[in-house]
Amino acid sequence: MNWSVVIPLIIFLISIFAVGFWSSRYLRKTNNFLQEYFLGSRELGGFILAMTMIATYGSASSFIGGPGAAYTQGLGWVLLAMAQVATGYFVLMVLGKKFAIYARKYKAVTLIDFLRKRYGESKWVVFIAAFSIIVFLFSAMVAQWVGGARLIESLTGLSYTSALFIFAVAVLLYVIIGGFRAVALTDTIQGVVMFFGTLIILIGTIIAGGGISNIMSDLAAENPNLITPFGHDGGLTPAYVSSFWILVGVGVLALPQVAVRAMSYRDAKSMHRALIIGTIVVGFIMLGMHLIGVFARPIMPGVDVPDSVMPMITMEVLPPWLAGIVLAAPMAAIMSTVDSLLLIVSSAVVKDVYLNYMNPEATDKKVRQISFGVTSVLGILIFAAALSPPDLLIWMNLFAFGGLQAAFIWPVVMGLYWSKANQYGAIASMLAGIGSYAVIHNVQPNIFGVHTVVMPVLLSLIVFVSASLLTRHKTGNKWGV
Amino acid sequence: MSREIDEKDPRFKVANREALIGVGLVILNFLWWYGFAYGLGSRPVEEYTYVLGMPAWFFYSCVAGFIVMAVLVAVVVKSFFKDMPFDDPEPDKTGKDGAEEDAE
Repeated sequence: MNWSVVIPLIIFLISIFAVGFWSSRYLRKTNNFLQEYFLGSRELGGFILAMTMIATYGSASSFIGGPGAAYTQGLGWVLLAMAQVATGYFVLMVLGKKFAIYARKYKAVTLIDFLRKRYGESKWVVFIAAFSIIVFLFSAMVAQWVGGARLIESLTGLSYTSALFIFAVAVLLYVIIGGFRAVALTDTIQGVVMFFGTLIILIGTIIAGGGISNIMSDLAAENPNLITPFGHDGGLTPAYVSSFWILVGVGVLALPQVAVRAMSYRDAKSMHRALIIGTIVVGFIMLGMHLIGVFARPIMPGVDVPDSVMPMITMEVLPPWLAGIVLAAPMAAIMSTVDSLLLIVSSAVVKDVYLNYMNPEATDKKVRQISFGVTSVLGILIFAAALSPPDLLIWMNLFAFGGLQAAFIWPVVMGLYWSKANQYGAIASMLAGIGSYAVIHNVQPNIFGVHTVVMPVLLSLIVFVSASLLTRHKTGNKWGV
Repeated sequence: MSREIDEKDPRFKVANREALIGVGLVILNFLWWYGFAYGLGSRPVEEYTYVLGMPAWFFYSCVAGFIVMAVLVAVVVKSFFKDMPFDDPEPDKTGKDGAEEDAE
């Protein structure tokens, strides 16, 4: 075992636990368990808000799968990844203040709370939304856990099962005891680690490659396509790459784990700060991480498993002690995504299903027990699913996120900005979005040369608007409350 | 559940405008990104020019584009975004949700 790599990782994990324990004090003291456990009592400041959004969103795909794809595809994949700069400002600007005001008026703790109140307490809205969150995010979490375990496996030489076990225990412990506050604070530490990790590996890689000009001419000598926007075999068309502006750019606002953060901040000033910090940090991390993948190619040619490019280049270009510290970055990226997903799925089960329909009268104590219980059971289920891992985790991840975007984008956006939006529109649009996503993904992926997500998003918009207009007479109060 | 949403709430006017600014920024961001990437990048590789070692299309689209957007976001937020309270002004709400933050 490579102790100089392992020791910094252990220190990183211990500090994460410390934050979990510290946050659990708030949970013991609070008189509103749900608000604190799932939303941190809406107290996030600007810096923490920016970091938790980025860390939640920047996942195994940005730190493992993304650089791996950039290694294979060249600069064209970095171009594609840069669509993510938009998430830094677009999500908060568009959900923005309106969402914050609504969430407070509705006393919403989850995205589904918002949808339920906005769409006249419709059971179907809640049912479809909760179902898709649970199914899609469960599969996304499995992919992330596999990524986390693979990373520990490659760093420590432990078996996959033991690595998975360590990862599962690490994440479950602080999420269960600390809730949203622990998640947001650990996300902040993880975000800072990601930022500096990216910076250090990037510098190390450029030096190892003999400077950027040198790397570029090596790439061009190997295959000129690597330095064009079109990918290693010219397969990245402008239409396909542009369609990622929906999947990893503007559509991100519809992801429940991201949207819930847009109701968790303290005040307008926090939001303003988060917009500026978020744009800078997310842009830098995405640019840096994917460039590392491309720059790694001349230094380490012929890597067969793209997912291992990131850990390998780090150990290649940095001294071991420093590699250990910065390899905490992808670890941090994975953990900070998983913890948020875990909490979102728990909240869908506890708040949206159990409290709404099974036991609305539950006492605070009962809610605590159920929340801890559900989070633990979910953890065990994911562990079991992750034991037999699938191969390229980026695609699994993108399937889950695309499906959720198709389901939620219009119910959320139209719910905020279109007064005629009603529950029939929302239900029809969610069904159309998820249904068409599943069909297109399986039958004809990337139909018309654009990513699978595009058509379902357009279709669900058309369905939303027509269904809302057709059923206009059925809803008296147009805001549905 | 009778908390009415007042569509004429003056805060919504500000919120709507800020959301539109977000849409405007993302369109600008996209055009910049697309224009430089495919405008300069579609030439044959032999005719590429380089900035700081990177192909010019990549430098302008991804590196400069990111810096421009970061600056633009900062300027727009500082000069056009308005501070506002999120909670309702009614006195009955104070202390009800999100207990006051006490330092230690």
